[in-house]
Amino acid sequence: MKHDLLHLTIEGLLSRWPFTQQLLVDRGHENLIDSPEAALSGTLEGPFLAELDEFISGMEEFLGTNEQKVSEVTIRGGRTKDGSDETVRELTIRVGEVVCIVGPTGSGKSRLLADIEWVARGDTPTGRHVLVNGEVPGDKWRFSTEYKLVAQLSQNMNFVMDLTVQEFLALHAESRQAGDPEQKIQRIWNWANELAGESFTLDTPVTSLSGGQSRALMIADTAVLSASPVVLIDEIENAGIDRQQALEILIKEEKIVLMATHDPILALMGDRRVVIANGGMTQVIEPSDRERENLDELRAIDTRMMGLRHRLRQGERLDTI
Amino acid sequence: MRFVTVSGPPSSGKTAVILKTLEHIRSTGKKVGVVKFDCLSTDDDELFRKHGVAVRKGLAGALCPDHYFVSNVEECVQWGLAEGLDVLISESAGLCNRCSPHIREVLAVCVIDNLSGIGTPKKIGPMLKAADIVVITKGDIVSQAEREVFAARVHGVNTKARVLHVNGITGQGSYELSTVWTEGRDTATVEGLRLRFSMPAALCSYCLGETRIGSDFQMGNVRKIDLDLPTGVKTDGGPQELGPMPGTDGGGS
Repeated sequence: MKHDLLHLTIEGLLSRWPFTQQLLVDRGHENLIDSPEAALSGTLEGPFLAELDEFISGMEEFLGTNEQKVSEVTIRGGRTKDGSDETVRELTIRVGEVVCIVGPTGSGKSRLLADIEWVARGDTPTGRHVLVNGEVPGDKWRFSTEYKLVAQLSQNMNFVMDLTVQEFLALHAESRQAGDPEQKIQRIWNWANELAGESFTLDTPVTSLSGGQSRALMIADTAVLSASPVVLIDEIENAGIDRQQALEILIKEEKIVLMATHDPILALMGDRRVVIANGGMTQVIEPSDRERENLDELRAIDTRMMGLRHRLRQGERLDTI
Repeated sequence: MRFVTVSGPPSSGKTAVILKTLEHIRSTGKKVGVVKFDCLSTDDDELFRKHGVAVRKGLAGALCPDHYFVSNVEECVQWGLAEGLDVLISESAGLCNRCSPHIREVLAVCVIDNLSGIGTPKKIGPMLKAADIVVITKGDIVSQAEREVFAARVHGVNTKARVLHVNGITGQGSYELSTVWTEGRDTATVEGLRLRFSMPAALCSYCLGETRIGSDFQMGNVRKIDLDLPTGVKTDGGPQELGPMPGTDGGGS
């Protein structure tokens, strides 16, 4: 028996696997539902217990609930471009954390992200190893369509489907076989509207959303519906979207967030930042108290710039700023 | 020598994916080559040559491109062996989505792009259905949701294939693909091997160069659409149908 059923009561069974109620009813055991304290071992026959065990396994597989949740990803350092050892030997990123990646163009940021996506086992040019929950993971993360470790959000991504927001989200929910799609669609739409500021309806075609609205919808959708535990963001443009809240939504949905950015505000919003140079991770920096204080000032500068932009749009002159 | 058949709809990014992937294989000191199949013209042979890839091109011209492929594939393998290649790729576009160049016991790759629309995986047929590896391209310009929906559709058509996402411009994912291309077994000849899916039945007057339209000019294996036309609309009646040849109704594999 795969599940420890013998020590459970009816109540325990139903609270742990609510879907078993139907099987009890189907097999003529509905009277048991009224005696929650009864122990399974004394009341149910061996063959039925075996059937119950099989049924639970099947449902768990279908619902994906027996999949171990990804709670952390570890990168073990490899080699830099000139073959020397990478300075950072190990970096573990946990669910709910935002880690920024900084470094000049061509320094190897993309390779790092590709190593994570491919769940490197010392078999990529960097020789890095990537562990999931501290273990060497199986092939499923590499080749399957259901399990992709990394979801990506970047500036040049667009919606190309000719569908309304509602239809689009329903299609995504269906392809993910997500439970309670209606509730998920509502949640995504509410969040996207909060992020975008400029609100849009569920019957808006996705292709006519503004840049900010599109970005907001992509982030909310990835947070709620994407199967991938790691979300990789390539900058979030500071236009028409609340970036702080965008990160909070991803954290709330228990994502591991990696963000390639050169924006000082975004970089300081992260819990840590990894510096990449010459193909290797050279430092992991935790923002200092001083940096966090500066964040407030940077935000003030940002707000001021936004105000100037707004004035330009209104046709004003910027003789005084 | 490793032999890989790569196919996919026109403009899905086959050439770019092959170039990026072979670059990784070449950097390990292996000799790589491509036979590019096309219909009327191609300049891609120049592109391959510029990247240090041995190349031959075959233009089907007036012939059915898939028939042309299968009639020449053994010679291509022998050319690859004579050149001393470690890896030989055949690249062909699935122009009518009806066929696939995939051969049993030879690694089969289908390249398909995210922009082609979510109905495309279903439409493509054996090129995708019979592939061992499906490479999905142009993922950098569509949303995460669309990538997931598209991949799910691909999975719906071919549940066994390994699916990889490759960016033909930046090369992201091509290193990973190169590791898959070099595993597996060598091919010394394809003589005696079988196609995974039969070629279409096509033997009518148009195959032989007829250009005129009308039932008087149609001979051989011709089939008419049932349009349910109202009475009185002139139809040309059409010739006697020979009936579908073996393999036209989804046989093969």
